[in-house]
Amino acid sequence: MARAALPGRLTWRAATLVGERWETPSARTLVLDVPDWPGHLPGQHVDVRLTAPDGYSAQRSYSIASAWADNATDKTVELTVQRLDDGEVSPYLTDTLEIGDQIELRGPVGGWFVWRPAQEKPVLLLAGGSGVVPLMAMIRARGAAKGKQPFRLIYSVRTPEDACYAQELSRRVRDDPGLDVHFVHTRVTPRKRIDVATINSYGWPADFTPDCYVCGPTTFVEAAADILVALGHDPKRIRTERFGGTS
Amino acid sequence: MGIISRGFGGRRRESVPGLPPGQYLTHDFPVLSAGPTPRIPLDRWSFTIATETGEKKSWNWAEFTALESADVTVDIHCVTKWSKLGTTWRGVSLDTLLADVETAADYTMVHSFGGYTTNVPMEDLLDGKAWIAYKFDGEDLEPEHGGPARMLIPHLYFWKSAKWVNGLSLMNDDEPGFWEAAGYHMYGDPWLEQRYQGD
Repeated sequence: MARAALPGRLTWRAATLVGERWETPSARTLVLDVPDWPGHLPGQHVDVRLTAPDGYSAQRSYSIASAWADNATDKTVELTVQRLDDGEVSPYLTDTLEIGDQIELRGPVGGWFVWRPAQEKPVLLLAGGSGVVPLMAMIRARGAAKGKQPFRLIYSVRTPEDACYAQELSRRVRDDPGLDVHFVHTRVTPRKRIDVATINSYGWPADFTPDCYVCGPTTFVEAAADILVALGHDPKRIRTERFGGTS
Repeated sequence: MGIISRGFGGRRRESVPGLPPGQYLTHDFPVLSAGPTPRIPLDRWSFTIATETGEKKSWNWAEFTALESADVTVDIHCVTKWSKLGTTWRGVSLDTLLADVETAADYTMVHSFGGYTTNVPMEDLLDGKAWIAYKFDGEDLEPEHGGPARMLIPHLYFWKSAKWVNGLSLMNDDEPGFWEAAGYHMYGDPWLEQRYQGD
């Protein structure tokens, strides 16, 4: 069972890259060993700090992709970083950081955009692009806890090749009872956008009072959250995480 | 800390004065909020100040926009690391709104449509440090940026500048608001990098 963010100061910790894999041609998962990591809840994020030899440093926030279990043997923390070509931090993390290298990290941060395995309601996850990362942590946490809550993920992505975790998602749809995944491809003919019909068909009716989590670029989150409200979902049950401007 | 990243720093952003520690410059205006964007019709808009003794004072939209307004140009700093310099707003100073309010409260809670709250010490609202803004860049404030009206407290991290404001409670004791209860700093000074509890 994961613990919430601990009170008290969030200190910078040294994190060592111990594993990595490419999820798409531009998104890389970093497997980090972080001694004395206090644990995290799915949906939380971390701050990463990089320092140049001349002392210049930069910080960015990244969602945690992995689930945490206090009793698990694997005590690593995984981040999936989308390379933004005009960025200064993400290209370093995707293209330069090597196994054995260290970065600084602090967290976990954020106590709102989280899913706790004790929540009993059905869950609707709406992901736009790399907004899938914190939602994947929720799917993994449910899988690790053998959760019975019905979960549905609608994942909007440009093309099938741009989908992170595609193989794992299809495996989990097979092996994790009660998990459904629907893809919306925005750059494959016929081009689709997340719309009322999609959320109506592949989401949950508002009567089920599901917990909704929406994460992606601002335009995606605005559109998806507006549709949920229009379909009668209680705005208080819709949690959003937007990004944009981070590179 | 002594961790140096080999090969990092070659693509660094322009170095500009006016950036607090750990922040980077953006020319966009990113959107951050915890839930869907509420759309508040102006005929349903109101702003209410409730004092620590329960006295209330309210303005509807016409009354609020008839108050003396100020044009301000300020830098804003989001806890998610972006800063935007030289942003221009029009709004009503909290000095104006609090001028006739009788209170000895040291703390306040800002309330928004949709239930968001954030706590701000009274002294941070006074003496020309805070406004309720309803125009950005000469235009009506867009709903996703907090329209019809949002708090503007530029010397604190921008989550303190609550969107969609509808009220202010005056309090004798400090209490955490929405993000503060979720682990963010009670005060949020960007120059001291007070992002999270304990910073």
